This record gives sequence, C-alpha cells and structure tokens, in this order.
Amino acid sequence: MKLRTMISVKLGAAMTAAMMVTAAPASATECIAPSNPGGGWDFTCRTIGRVLSELGLVEGNVQVTNMAGGVGAVAFAMVAAERPADEDLIVATSTVGVTQMAQGRYPAPLETMRYLAMLGADVGVIAVDNDSPIQTLAELNAAMAADPSALVTGGSSGAGGWDHIRLLMVAQQAGVSDLGAIRWVQFDGGTDAVTQMMGGQIAVVSTDMGEIAGFVESGDIRVLAVLSEEPIPAFPELPTAMSQGVNVIGYNWRGLYTGGQVSDEAYNGWVEKLETLYNSDNWQQAATSAGLVPIWRGGAEFEAFVREQAGIMEQISRDIGIIQ
Amino acid sequence: MEVLSLIGSGFLVALTPLNIGLLLLGCFVGTLLGALPGLGPVNGVAVLIPLTFAFGFDPTSSLILLCAVYFGCMYGGRISSILLNIPGDEPAIMTTLDGYPMAVQGQAANALAISGVASFVGATIAVIGLSLFAPVLARAAIHFGPADYFALYILAFATIGGIAGVDPRKTLLSALIGLMLATVGIDPISGVPRYTFDNFHLFDGIEPIVALVGLFAISEILLILEKSVKDRPKAIRVDRWMPQWSAIWPTRWAMLRGSGVGFVAGVLPGAGASLGSFMAYVFEKQKSNKKGTFGKGDPRGVAAPEAGNNSAAGGALIPMLSLGVPGSGTTAVLLAMLISLNVQPGPLLFERQPDLVWGLVASLYLANIALLVLNLPMIGIFTRLMMTPTWALMPVVAAITFVGVYGISNSVFDLELMVFFGVLGYVLRKLDVSLVPLVLGLLLGGDMERNLRRAMSISDGDWSILIASPISITLYVLTIGFLALSVWLAVRDHRQTKAERLTEG
Repeated sequence: MKLRTMISVKLGAAMTAAMMVTAAPASATECIAPSNPGGGWDFTCRTIGRVLSELGLVEGNVQVTNMAGGVGAVAFAMVAAERPADEDLIVATSTVGVTQMAQGRYPAPLETMRYLAMLGADVGVIAVDNDSPIQTLAELNAAMAADPSALVTGGSSGAGGWDHIRLLMVAQQAGVSDLGAIRWVQFDGGTDAVTQMMGGQIAVVSTDMGEIAGFVESGDIRVLAVLSEEPIPAFPELPTAMSQGVNVIGYNWRGLYTGGQVSDEAYNGWVEKLETLYNSDNWQQAATSAGLVPIWRGGAEFEAFVREQAGIMEQISRDIGIIQ
Repeated sequence: MEVLSLIGSGFLVALTPLNIGLLLLGCFVGTLLGALPGLGPVNGVAVLIPLTFAFGFDPTSSLILLCAVYFGCMYGGRISSILLNIPGDEPAIMTTLDGYPMAVQGQAANALAISGVASFVGATIAVIGLSLFAPVLARAAIHFGPADYFALYILAFATIGGIAGVDPRKTLLSALIGLMLATVGIDPISGVPRYTFDNFHLFDGIEPIVALVGLFAISEILLILEKSVKDRPKAIRVDRWMPQWSAIWPTRWAMLRGSGVGFVAGVLPGAGASLGSFMAYVFEKQKSNKKGTFGKGDPRGVAAPEAGNNSAAGGALIPMLSLGVPGSGTTAVLLAMLISLNVQPGPLLFERQPDLVWGLVASLYLANIALLVLNLPMIGIFTRLMMTPTWALMPVVAAITFVGVYGISNSVFDLELMVFFGVLGYVLRKLDVSLVPLVLGLLLGGDMERNLRRAMSISDGDWSILIASPISITLYVLTIGFLALSVWLAVRDHRQTKAERLTEG
C-alpha cells in the first residue's frame, strides 16, 4: 500500500513538473520562442508578453510557447504550414534567424513571413586583449589589409555566422579583398572567445557587447569599435566604427515576425501596439537591464532593413564560399 | 582570514527565512527530478525560471533556488542508476556500472548511502575550492587552449577501454557509435548540416538526454518484457534496509580521489560533470582494481564517480561566476538566467556583487548538508522500491520517461528518437555491448571534434599546434603512460593465468 502511494506521488510530481513546463494561463495571444527556456528568444517572448499585458495592449496574459529546433527552423516551418494567417500569433526572431534564412537553411525563404519590428539590440564589438599592440580600429584594418591571414580572429558564431560576417564587413571596408583568408575560430560563446583571447590563443574577438561587458569594465580587453549608429549608453566613451570612418552597423537585434498571410490591418495593428510597448518605461527598463540597447524599427522600414541585412549576409557568405 | 569573513557575511544572506525555504524546496525538487529518468537539471531549471520571474525574487534568491535544484539533481541522479540501472541524468551513467550490481547483490542501502556520502564529500570539496581559489583557478583555466582540450579528450577516450570491458573491442565499437552520433546536426563551425537527411528536427543534433533515456530506460523495459514471458519476474532480494557505517568508511580514499579528479574537470570550462565522473571512475579503477571487482559491485566504483560528478558540478560554477563561461549545460542555463536578472558574471562579479557570490557559496554549503540530511533517511524508502514488482514499476518508469522527454522540447520527434534508441539499446545489450561508452562518445565527441578543428583554424592547418604547449604534451605523456600501464597489466595477468594453468595442469 505504502509503495503504491509513493509511486503515484512520484508520478504525480513528474506530471505536474512536465505540465508546468508546457502550460501557461490560456489567452488568445501567443508568442512562440523557437528556443528552450532561458535562451535569447525565450527572453524576447517572455518580456514582450509581460509588458504587452501590463500595458493592457492585449487581453489577459500572452501565452509563451517554447518550440526549439533547427535554430528557429522548426517554428518557422510550423507557422508557414499551419498558421500563416493567425493574427494572434507572434514569433521571436533575431539576426541569428535571418542569417539562417539568408543562407537558405530554413525550409522556406525569408519572404514567407511578415516582419513586425525590432525593439532592441545587442551591439557588436571588435576587441583585442589589453596588452595587444593594436590600439585602434585603423591599426587593425591596416594589419588585416597588409596580410589577411596574419591575425587569428574569433567569436561565438561559426564561419558565416553573424559574429564572423560583422568582422568581414569591417575588413571589407578596410579594403581587404580576400575575405576568405582571414582566420576565424568558432567558440561556444562570446565570453569563451574572450577568455581564449586572454589566454593568448587568438588575437581579435568580434561578438556582442552584452555578454562580455564585464571584461570591458574590468579592463581585461580593449574595445576598438562598437558597431552601432550612436555610442552605447552603458559605455559612452567607446568609439563607434562609424566615427572612425568605417560604415558598419552590427546589431544583433531582437524582434518579431508573424505569418505571411496576416491581413494588412492586423499587421499594422501589431506594429502600432509594439511601438507603444517600445516607448513605455517598462520595456526600456527591461531591455536595458538585460544588456540590450533599445532601438526601434517597425513596419515597412523594418521589412526593408531585414531584407537589406539578409542581402549583405548572402553576398558575404557567397564571397567566402559558405554557400554556392 | 578575509575569506572567512566574506563567507560569514554570505551566511547572513543565506540564512534569511525566504532563502532557507527556497533552499530546502530546491533540494527536494532537485532530488526528485534527478531521480526520475528523463527528468533532470535542465527540466528543473526550466520549470523554475518562469517561477522565479513570476514571484519576482531578487537575483541572489533566484540563484540559490536554482543552484539547490542543480545540486539536488546531481544527488538524485544516482538513485535510479543504482536501483533500476537507469541513470537519472547524464553524469550518473558511471554509477550504473557498480551501483546496480551492488543493488542486485542486496546491497542497495549501502550503495545509496555510499553515493550519498560521496556526493556530499565531492560537493563540499568543490565548494571549499570555490570559496578559496575561484579567481585564481579561473585565471589558470584560461591558459587551456583548444589544442589542450583536444589532448584532454584524447586522454579520456584512450582510457574508455578501461570502463566496462568484457571485450575491449565491443567497448571500442560502442564508443565509436557514440562518436558517430555526435556528428549529427548543424556543424557549429561551418554551419553545414551533417547527417540530418534534410530533417530540421535533427539540425540541433541528438539531445544526449533523449538518447540516454532511450538507451537505458526503454531498453531495460524491453529486456524485462522479454524476460517476463520466459519466467516470472522476481523482485530483488534486499539484505537490509539501513546502511552500515562499516561499508562506507573503507571508500573514503576513493571519494577523496574522485573529488579531486572531478573538481579539475569541472573547473575547465570545456569539460564538465560527465567527463568528471568518467575520469574519476577510470582512475579509481586503475588505482584500486587489484582483484577485478570493479564492474561487479565494488563500493569504490560507486564512491569515486559520485564524488567526481558532484565536485565537477561545483567546480563548474567557478568559470561560470568568475569568467562567465559555462562549464556544463546546466550552468549555461543558469548563466542565461543571471544575465536576464541584470547580473553580469565576469571578472568583476566578486567585487561588484559580493552579497550574491558569497550568499550563493554559503547556501551551497547549506544545500550540501540539507541534501545529506534529506537523503540518508530516505534510503529506507528508496530501497523498498526494489521490492516493487516489475509489473507495477515498469509502466510507471515508461510513463515518466515519455512525459519527461516530451517536456524537454514539446516534440513528438524526440519521443520517436527515444524509442529508436530504446531498440538500439536493446539490440546492443543482447550483443553484450556496454552502453556507457556510447553515451560518453555522444556526450564528449562533439567537443573533442570542435576543439581539434578550433586548433586547426588557429594554426591555419598546421598539425604541430597539437603538441605546441606544455599542457598538451603533459596530457599526451599521461595518455601514453596510462595505455602502457594497461598493456603491461594485461600481459602480466595473462602470464599469471597461464602459469597457474600450467601448475594446475
């Protein structure tokens, strides 16, 4: 008797645990995070969902569904096939997702979906170790132009990933023609790359600011350029690439898309709601405390931005032989 | 002693009623999740992250709760390894090797007690290491480059033959299958999908926990189904309900050695708890297996890997906190949560937020004690599980595994994959192939390959980088020494048996 009770208690606990993972309070609005809980896309959905209901922009709570797989491809395929006209569905995406699309790794092209807005971004940085002889972006560019394979560079993405492409965009501006000759090493995260640089394994890191801000504050690394239009609020003294004459913007933005057959009316409605959300203190605060810089692009402007970004990625991927 | 006063202030943070409550809750939930096959630290942390957001706990309390779950899972993982031969989570696979044979011999209570005490010893040593040397160790670990990690994995795979070998060829085969499976998915270095057959469910590779649960739990169920057709399943005899001190005490050196090996593996961000428990087992076996009792229920074979996996789990917090580099899958989730709570792990964390760091360290000391106190009295209850007739137990195990695996990613594909691995595991066990090397291959293979290729990217294809650092050279010398010793021992044993046969004959 005792045994059976215990087993049913254990089973009950397991069931509850599993249901807590999957179930959330029901509501008409759903945000799909194409990652596991704790990932970047999960943060996008949970924070935007929370602020949307705090501001009363949606009725009730926003249900967050985690649908990990294929770097967003699983969720993309599901929306394309089953819910292309669902006006209550938004899906988190970012530069990482667009990179996959630009390289043809999603089951359908970029145009399958309608892109709503970006609400914030992690800003790209180019950094060297604090005892590196390279002092400025101009010196780095001169070194790369003289011999593209002289320096070992690295970041958190693989070859053809956003960290790599951002660095190549800078190199391209510096007049490096043989982009494929630049040595690139993939690490599992930005901090991984930075610690390997501190250990002397690589010379230059290109990655997002958010993850490595601690090393910038401690002075372990020297930031040569931040890849944003304006200096970033957390480190206003760090120079942008643009202020040094290198026109590269390297945002790892966080944004949302919706199904491709959603009506113009519903699409515009979402863009409007998201703009209200973006301008609220709640969002500004949540984004800043998560290490993001709040940046807005919405509606048609954002659609154009996504396509332009995908175009650049596709071109560079072709140049370095990642795609044919 | 500055450290003592810092820890003292940490205890003040940890000993608030809320934090103690969260600590106990975390330990309990963690032990339970760890004990259930298919549910592990990833589920636990995934369940609790939304909860911490919902209740609006401050970062210190959230971290205390999640770390208590993390440590609890490490404790709990061994329970089903020992009682059911099904590891509760990845690092617990090594515990099946001697833990289950002990249980079959009626020593379940002792095995549980030894593993509980070993977990305590391992985790406590790791926390002491964390509080005394975290910044220094983190600075030392950054000198481990890709080539050095590759050498470390070479050492690990060279010793794999030493785990469970009736036939070393079958062990090798099993490890190779694991290595092959580790290549499935989008290659993170080039972005090219490999062996995915255009199925994007396979883009992220094979989730180790899905393979693990399939290989061990589902195949166990299949084996029992087959057996019960032939003869009535009998519950395992249990000699005694409560453990004996005399069984625990002799394993003290195994625990200490295991803790040391595990701690080193934990501190290195590229290694982690699975490697920690594996290396701890292999080295203990090499050191102590004089009478060939390992793999047949040697208590030291339970003590070493359990101490190793818990001290590795604690050690992995060092690179996470002081460098922001996660040393294992679960610390990666913890890290993501810290960042979203506006805590910036990194070199300045210890100076900027001493409350958080030392509060955490103090609560880890408390969590270890709580877990030991919580776990020892429960041994009697867990041991009675052995008496459960299989017709009642196995359907429950099946239900839990399906629910747990579905809960990871809400994917039916993962369930199908789990069943596939179940059938594979059944076939391999029928052929007397040990499954442990397969899981190790799958767990470690990806990192081994990536580090080799990182080293190659750094050197632009020059192989000499692999032996360019003193660390990698030392590791290769160790590997060669280990292999030479194994061969020498094998030859000696062979001669002895030959000589014995001659004298007898």
